[in-house]
Parts: sequence; C-alpha cells; structure tokens
Amino acid sequence: MTALLEQTFRDHWGRVLAALVGFLRDFDLAEEVAQEAFARAAERWPREGIPASPGAWLVATARNRAVDRIRRDRTLAAKYKLLDVSQAAEEEQMQETTFSDERLELLFTCCHPALATDAQVALTLRTLGGLRTEEIARAFLVSQATMAQRLVRGKRKIKAAGIPFRIPPAHLLPDRLTAVLAVIYLIFNEGYDGRPDLATEAIRLGSALVELMPDEPEVFGLLALMLLHDSRRAARLRDGELVLLANQDRALWDAGQIKAGRAALERALALHGRATGGGYVLQAAIASLHVEDTRDWAQIAALYGELARLTSSPVVELNHAVALAEAQGLEAGLAAIDGLHELEAYQYFHAARADLLRRLGRPVEARAAYNRALELVRSEPERRFLADRVAGLARRND
Amino acid sequence: MKYMLLIHQGTTPLPGSPEWERLSEAEQGAVYGAYKAINETPGVTPSSVRMQPPETATTVRVKDGQTLSTDGPFVEVKEALGGYLFYEADDLDAAIELAARIPAASMGGAIEVRPLAE
Repeated sequence: MTALLEQTFRDHWGRVLAALVGFLRDFDLAEEVAQEAFARAAERWPREGIPASPGAWLVATARNRAVDRIRRDRTLAAKYKLLDVSQAAEEEQMQETTFSDERLELLFTCCHPALATDAQVALTLRTLGGLRTEEIARAFLVSQATMAQRLVRGKRKIKAAGIPFRIPPAHLLPDRLTAVLAVIYLIFNEGYDGRPDLATEAIRLGSALVELMPDEPEVFGLLALMLLHDSRRAARLRDGELVLLANQDRALWDAGQIKAGRAALERALALHGRATGGGYVLQAAIASLHVEDTRDWAQIAALYGELARLTSSPVVELNHAVALAEAQGLEAGLAAIDGLHELEAYQYFHAARADLLRRLGRPVEARAAYNRALELVRSEPERRFLADRVAGLARRND
Repeated sequence: MKYMLLIHQGTTPLPGSPEWERLSEAEQGAVYGAYKAINETPGVTPSSVRMQPPETATTVRVKDGQTLSTDGPFVEVKEALGGYLFYEADDLDAAIELAARIPAASMGGAIEVRPLAE
C-alpha cells in the first residue's frame, strides 16, 4: 500500500498543485494545502481505500483547507466569497467531477524568462515534479537553505511582478516554448552524468508535455532525444570507466526506451519538425542513427551540418567535424576541427583532435592535444580515459 | 498590476547629439512616432517631466553628518536613468511587450520593468 500510495502521490502532485495554483493564484498557499491534502490521504486511504478519482479528491480536500485558512483571515474573507461552499457538499461534488489539467499553465509560469534560470529549474522540479526541496538541493549540489531561498525568491517574484498563470498567446508561444524545453533539457543533462533521478524526472516532464502539446514537433523531438540518450545510460560506464559508444555492450541498451524514442521521433517528423526550432528533432534523428547496428556516418554528418546551420554553435560544428572524419576520412575531419579556434577552452575540442591525430599516426601532436584536454577535464572517468590514451601512445613509441 | 518602466538610455543617440544627427530624418521620425504611440497606449501614464542628460547629475551622500557631492550619476553614465513611465497592465507579459516597443530598448539602452507596491 505504501508504495502504491507513493506512486499515486507522485502521479498526481503536478496536476493537483497546478489546479490549486490556478484556482488560488498563490503558490505558497497552494503548496501548503496540497501537502495537507496528501497527508490526509496518507492517513485515510489505507483505511478507506483509494477513491475512484484520487486527483479530484485531493484537489477538493486541498481547496477546503484553503477555504478554512482564508476564512480565518478576516481581511481576505470578502475577497474569496465565491469559495463559500460547505465542506461536505464541496467534497462530494468534486469527487464526482474531473478537474481541468492546468499543468501547462504552471509549466509556462515556472519557466518564464523573467525568472533566473536556476529558479526556473528549481520551481519546475518542485511544482510539477513534486521533488522535495532537499532532493532538489542534493541534485544540484547546493545546501538545502540555498535551494529553499531560491524557491522562495522565485515564488515571490511570480506574485510581485505579475507573471501570468497561462499558456502564452500565439505570438509569444514559440519563444516561451523554447524556454520550457531548455529547462527540461537542462534538468536532463544535469542527470545524465551520475544523477539518473534527474534524467528520469526530465523524461517524465517531457512525456507530460507531449500529452499537453500534441502538435509541437520540438516537444516530441526533445522527448525522443532524451529517451534515446537515456537508453544507453547503463552501457556508458563499465566498472566506473567510460565506454565509448562503439565499444558499448548493446545488450545493456534499453530496447524499450529506444523504441519509445524512435516513436516520438517519427511523430516529430510527421509534424514536419525537422528544420525549425531549437534543433531537438535534428538531435534526436542523430541520436537515433547512433543506435543503429551500423552507423551511417554520411547521414550523421549531413544532419550535424544541418544542425550547425540552424544553431550556429561551434560545439555542433565540432560534432560535425568528428562525423566528417568517419564519413570522408580522418584528414577531412582534422581540417574541419582545426578551423574551430573558438573552442580552445573546450575539453572535447582537444580530445577529438587528439583522437584523430593518434589515428593518423602523429603521436607527438596527439600527446600535446591529450594533455590540453587533461588540463580541462572535470569528470573523473573521462580523466582516466584520456590518461589511458596517453599511456597507449607512450607504449607504441617505445 | 501597476508597473514603472525605467528607461536606461545606454548608448541610444539623444536628440541634439552628433549620433542623433547622423540618423536619417525617417529614423528620427520613427523614434518620435514610437514614443508618441507608447504615450497614447491605454494604461500608460507618461512622465510629466523630461530629464536633462545624466552628465548633468550630481550624486549626494552623507557621511558622519557631512554632505559629500560628486559629479555624475550614482551608476555609470551609460547605465543612468533617462526617463520613465507608468503602465497599468494585466500582467508582466503585457509590460514586457510595451517595454520592447520603447525605442531605447533596441537602440543601445534597456528598460527596467518594476512592479509598484499596491
């Protein structure tokens, strides 16, 4: 029962909270009464069973709590007269009906560009993901007090600055959707290295978003991208050592996730989402090619080229160059990499150069490039991987 | 919601300056036109005064009972306030949209949108 309860709570938190924020227009009050309603459910449901419509039960109970609180506050009582319904009647009525899904409104509010990015991320995880403050703090390696402060400040700004609780109108939607997708992808990337709970959470948010915005190709593109990346999570490390894609044990890839990722990609392509937006569809198409039995490097290089034109990102150019090396030969790849001077401070620029130089039989230059990468590397498995490669060069020289 | 929009001129060419003279007549007309349209937008209360340029400002502090006056604005000249207006709007999105229409926002300056206490 406890596990079932916990699952039910997690499944409903976002929708329940969104409905309450929509109704009360007050994040703090909504969160407090939602918590009380969940606590009451934890007490009653094990005895009485889970109601037919748990979400509606939770919303009704929380609303009643809010009404009680507001009644206690006499100065506000007049403002909220519309809430003046007897508790029993309200509960009964709410259990019969469904309540509207306002998660999208909540998501757009939390990801409003007038909020700092770290606040957007924290608010999204707290309100839609239902993560507790200490869980978010742990995931982002900050103290609980710092994270609590970040959430308080964010909620205060939403209220004081008049950030609207709504889906943006058509002329604002493309920009605002980009911001939402960026927050979800940021959460995913935080989770990609070592904190899988965040990656799982990002995929949950992405899945909810495709349900809510079934006509947006980039939304499907992002979900596809995250699923396809995450499918290889178990194979990326072996005994704590980094394993390159070509050497990964395919038996460890999650076939279900790959299938789901490709289905989302198909949907995105069917919506003609390839050449527009933030490039998630293109990135997902590339990720899908990477999990084919034999990698089609010409196709991968072509898609990276398209993505580079779309994003003008030198990091994408680097990936393009690496694909070119496989598709057209090591020299072609090296020439392309050597043109990317703006990546001088980027670890993977030197690592990719080093790899091509090593394979071209130019060990002295390869070593210099590996050493530059080693100066910049942050993750321990990646450091060991590069050090191994340098040691391999030394052996060959002897 | 009531907002105060603080206009920071930044490097925006101001009438009378050589940079302003380098703008074509059409460009100058567009700036005046845009400000006129903003001032006529429902909900907007334009400031009733015009400020002299920030170079003419004096900044005053009191330390140990002594008044200290220094030349120039409190912040850097290019960050100084050049004007303001008030806007009564439904929400922050509406205020941001109005702010984006203020010529200074796209000519080298920036607009700070500040909600007013009720």
